[in-house]
Amino acid sequence: MTQTCTITMTVNGEIVSQQVPTRMNLVDFLRNEVGLTGSHVGCEHGVCGACTIEVDGVAVRGCLLLAVQADQASVTTIEGLANNPTGRALQNAFQKHNALQCGFCTPGMLASAVEYVEGGGSPERTAIREHISGNYCRCTGYQSIVDAIADVLENASS
Amino acid sequence: MKVADFHYERPDSLAKALVLLSRDDADVQALAGGQSLMPMMNFRLAQPDTLVDLNALEELRGIREAANHIEIGAMTRYAMLEASDLVRKHIPLFSIALPHIAHSAIRNRGTIGGSAALADPAAEMPALLIALNATITAVSTSGERKIAAKDFFLGLYETALDEGELIKSISVPKALIENRFGFYELTRRHGDYAMAGVAIAAQHMAPLTGLRIVFFGVSDRPLDVTAIAETLEGQSATDTDIVEAACRAIGNQSLHGDLNADAATKTHLAQVVLRRALRGMNA
Repeated sequence: MTQTCTITMTVNGEIVSQQVPTRMNLVDFLRNEVGLTGSHVGCEHGVCGACTIEVDGVAVRGCLLLAVQADQASVTTIEGLANNPTGRALQNAFQKHNALQCGFCTPGMLASAVEYVEGGGSPERTAIREHISGNYCRCTGYQSIVDAIADVLENASS
Repeated sequence: MKVADFHYERPDSLAKALVLLSRDDADVQALAGGQSLMPMMNFRLAQPDTLVDLNALEELRGIREAANHIEIGAMTRYAMLEASDLVRKHIPLFSIALPHIAHSAIRNRGTIGGSAALADPAAEMPALLIALNATITAVSTSGERKIAAKDFFLGLYETALDEGELIKSISVPKALIENRFGFYELTRRHGDYAMAGVAIAAQHMAPLTGLRIVFFGVSDRPLDVTAIAETLEGQSATDTDIVEAACRAIGNQSLHGDLNADAATKTHLAQVVLRRALRGMNA
């Protein structure tokens, strides 16, 4: 029989408490139980980066964490990053530079980029590319994504 | 895919975790950072009956300085190693290699103990631990024992750990001022598993003493060709001497090909990474 567990976490500033099967991963919980479908599910084995979200302030793979492991944690999804000034600046820069086409990778890409910008990342293109190397994009060829992140970093430093 | 059903436990003490792991009537698996185990479970390559989540065990986390070594708790995450002043100062080889280990979001969760216990032959950490002459402290309900890193990695996903045994901590000797370190890996994309890589530590470069060379991603375990150093010990060996000796040592081994490269290509790539790593050491 499937084991369940009651978990409580803060999602984008709101407290969520619910009973979940222990085998449910965090990104499925956020999408299917909390209704926040901004985080995407791609490969489900930690390679594509589409499910990247912030847990207790650091970017993690939502598909490699069980929902029960995020009990008592603070989770920020793309829906919450829109309220963060860095997240907002990155969203605007992505739009300005056409840093997305289909948009599937964008929520994870932004979560990685927010961590990079807030962590004082360098505007140097190679460093940006290294940081987002864990996020696949099959549309843009990354050029415009690097442009957008560099834009935010250069504007922040000027 | 989604993981198959399992029973979940999150013990709040190491003692409780060890009791859970000592059960021999079921397939009980310890969960560390989950950056390899969760993918394996999602693929259903692993289907443990019980998962013992170690993430609440603060006693397994942390980086402490001792007289001659740095003691690293098994549940210390890669990101914590990257941010650590103790690591930067005393384990320079870690500082060189850590940015190459997967991606930032993976390093935020992945742990040093988890990587050692998994013993993926393409992973950097097992090779680094052998090159640095690290010691692994294993613990079970029957007590603790210490295992040298060179005796720990026994094959593909195979280690010297017994059933019910966990890695408690890993101790890495502090680098001395005259020590030299090298690291290089070839990957298709930054952060991918290496097609071939090498970690090098030398007590002294000229004359050459205490040289250790460990390849990864070329065999079913870290490939330690340290024995070649005996022929060069005490000499002022050039990079070419070292590469030639290492190539002879590699030539005596059968390297393992994979989907990306056959054994002959791996042999070539091993020479390439060794040359580049040595060049980086002397610069």
